[in-house]
Amino acid sequence: MNPSLFDALGRIVGPQWVRHRRGELSTYAMDGLPTRESLPGVVVMPGTPYEVRELVRLLHLIQVPFVARGAGTGLSGGALAEPDAVLITLTRLNRILRVDPVQRRAVVQPGVVNARLSEAVAPLGLQYVPDPSSQAACTVGGNVAENAGGPHCLKYGVTTNHIVSLQIVLPDGSVTRLGSDHGEPWGPDLVGLFVGSEGMFGIATEITVRLEQVPESVRTMLADFSTVRAASEAVSSIIAVGIVPAALEMMDRACVAAVEASIYAAGYPTDAAAVLLVELDGQAEAVGAEAQTVKDILLASGAREVRSASTPGDRARLWQGRKKAFGAMGRIAPDLAVQDAVVPRSALPDIMDQIEKIRGRYGLTISNVFHAGDGNLHPNISFDRRDPAVVSRVHLACREIMAACVAAGGSITGEHGVGSDKLDYMPWIFDAETLGAMRAVRRVFDPTERANPGKVVPLHACREWHAVKSARR
Amino acid sequence: MSNAIFTRLRALLGTSGVDRDARGVARASPDSGDALSLVCRLAHEEGWKIRVEGRGTWLPPDAPADLVVSTRALEQIVSVSPADLVATVQAGASLEALRRRLADYGMWLAIDPPGRPDRSIGSVVATATAGPLRHGFGPVRDHVLGCTVATGDGRLVNAGGRVVKNVAGYDLTKLQVGGFGGFGIIADVHLRLRALPRADVTLLARGQRDALTSVARELVAVHLLPSALELLSPALAAESDWVLAARFLGTDAAVQADVRRLGSAGDQNWQPLPADRTAAFWSVAARGSLGGPTTLRLGVLSDGVDEAIDLLAHDLDEGLVSAGAGLGMIRWTGDAPVEQLRSIRRAAAAREIPMTLERAPWQVRRALGHFGAYREGVGQIVGRLRDTFDPGQCLNVALEGVDNA
Repeated sequence: MNPSLFDALGRIVGPQWVRHRRGELSTYAMDGLPTRESLPGVVVMPGTPYEVRELVRLLHLIQVPFVARGAGTGLSGGALAEPDAVLITLTRLNRILRVDPVQRRAVVQPGVVNARLSEAVAPLGLQYVPDPSSQAACTVGGNVAENAGGPHCLKYGVTTNHIVSLQIVLPDGSVTRLGSDHGEPWGPDLVGLFVGSEGMFGIATEITVRLEQVPESVRTMLADFSTVRAASEAVSSIIAVGIVPAALEMMDRACVAAVEASIYAAGYPTDAAAVLLVELDGQAEAVGAEAQTVKDILLASGAREVRSASTPGDRARLWQGRKKAFGAMGRIAPDLAVQDAVVPRSALPDIMDQIEKIRGRYGLTISNVFHAGDGNLHPNISFDRRDPAVVSRVHLACREIMAACVAAGGSITGEHGVGSDKLDYMPWIFDAETLGAMRAVRRVFDPTERANPGKVVPLHACREWHAVKSARR
Repeated sequence: MSNAIFTRLRALLGTSGVDRDARGVARASPDSGDALSLVCRLAHEEGWKIRVEGRGTWLPPDAPADLVVSTRALEQIVSVSPADLVATVQAGASLEALRRRLADYGMWLAIDPPGRPDRSIGSVVATATAGPLRHGFGPVRDHVLGCTVATGDGRLVNAGGRVVKNVAGYDLTKLQVGGFGGFGIIADVHLRLRALPRADVTLLARGQRDALTSVARELVAVHLLPSALELLSPALAAESDWVLAARFLGTDAAVQADVRRLGSAGDQNWQPLPADRTAAFWSVAARGSLGGPTTLRLGVLSDGVDEAIDLLAHDLDEGLVSAGAGLGMIRWTGDAPVEQLRSIRRAAAAREIPMTLERAPWQVRRALGHFGAYREGVGQIVGRLRDTFDPGQCLNVALEGVDNA
């Protein structure tokens, strides 16, 4: 990369916010995906939306690609930049600009950490609901790019359901605002289109989110089962009676073992094939009555024991193992591939059987955590990336797991995004015409395809679309 | 030319798939996504203008066109997966037919759009016309997991999927929900379902409009979240006063708890609707939106509901008004000239309120557009998206008005 660019970038953000030495760049060589790394050409850290716009304008002028990055916790290699690209880190844009407790809106910059937003509005009795496991570190901007989810999205929806308006810098450096404070699209739903576009349509510099009231009463229940199938049937039965829990999370035996062997031990029964966490929230009376119904269903479905907690401390203990599961797996091996796939909920038990077979075939350690209510599974493979033979087996196993989920009518990602990790799988679920449509839409926002190049849409698999230049506008 | 088009379409779809509408325009009724895309491709190659029609109960079928593409032969409920709470439905299927089918499985689709119960699914999705249940279950887009769309040049795009959580690729479905057909013709949709609620209770409060909007705000402040909290004008509710209707759906325990709390919140006199009148009440309110030729919606914040209705009352009237009093979505129906509607759009935009023209005669749609008063830069994005999905400008949809400066 041309060193004169470093100076030009420094003139915009200040030289102290430009990193180009190899040692500095290595910090940004990976995100949360342990199997890919790439050194960016230079890292630049703007401190204001104005600086973001000036940077993007400059890069447009000289036609240099760029990658926007939040906290780098993404799990699909979406925030990696090649040596010919500028990595724009948005973590300095970390201000909560406005909170409107009456209308339940907050306006934040993209670098605001997810959990910090909920903490900031908690004294008002409000919360920002999407709660990815990385919420203590991940940023709202990154959540917007990936359309992040989390355990509590079963009842309340994923990121896209909580974003009402965005100020964006398009890849040519122009600025526009999408959506409205109300949430009604202003024209076609461009906010809905932008959320989840993985940094390829531009950079959101101001994000207006919907806040929700903290529920009056919360009850967390933990049940353990001797088969995954029985636990899955309990999930279906709960939903079939019309109860929509705030969360419905499952962990398999390997996951429970990892948790219980770690400092995060939560007292989960290690001989259980599956542990199910059910959280109900709402009005105290209703939660109490629904909790009884859920307990009856759990027991009737074969739960060996049902524990229940309603105080914050007790609930935190039940949740601890689930929230810290990924950390607990760190004891097993130096690296962890946190996979993400979705199947129709009814296919969960069969998919678990198949994952078990794949695990055996490749001789790997796989622990499963999943959002059972919406069929979103996270098979986590513990491995050591210093051993190329193991890495190769991890790749092959991931590929087979994805293929099994797609064959079951599912999707290759429920909340982590495609990034660079899952490019190859995209043609499994989208035909060439649809992939072509995605690329064409991307070109609407970014005609020269410089924003986060090489992600999400495998170009070789796209049918060609040519947008004509019409007299329409 | 009409005869030539008629003959070409019959060669493509066969005799049964092509007839003429009341004005003698050739009407193609493809029965699959593939057939739909063939019709669009032919129209694109020949430069024919297309008017899309569903069941003709919402948007009037009056856009000038060389051919009509009707979704009436796309009426299959393709699949219902009770265990996964997902259904795939062709665009021409009626909401009513879907409702009955889902009820057999103990399920429902939590959308109650304005208009007649036999509106087509495609119409509801393409116009994103949510009803009062938006309060508890979200806008139309929250219920659509994916869709198949034929573009203006006949490409068939499969957006989204059939699972409830999915971030693979860009979310092209969002462009189609509420796109008014400007980005393609919907062939089928994958819908997110819910278990049929065990309890369904509606209570009414009657009084002055501003008193009722403040009651609504108080309810939200005390954590009450009804499935619907709708303020209805006297004409729409067929009552002598404004009506605030609170509808609670869910398990018996949750609904009973909510109703008790409603009774103890403030000194408002809430009267429960008899169970056998609930469906009729909401159905009358929904049909009320057909009481004039034009319907529009405004997205306002809840503390702006009164002011926005004042605006409507001042420039138009407050005859047929329905407002989501908790979340602030206002729907107005009536008869007004283009200039007045344009003035409302301008006044709303100045208050940061988007106005969407939901239905109107073609002359009004053409002049005003479904959308308008875009912020800087948005018009270019929308224009380029339209060029992408309808490069030959075959889909005769007035997304933006012709003189919508």
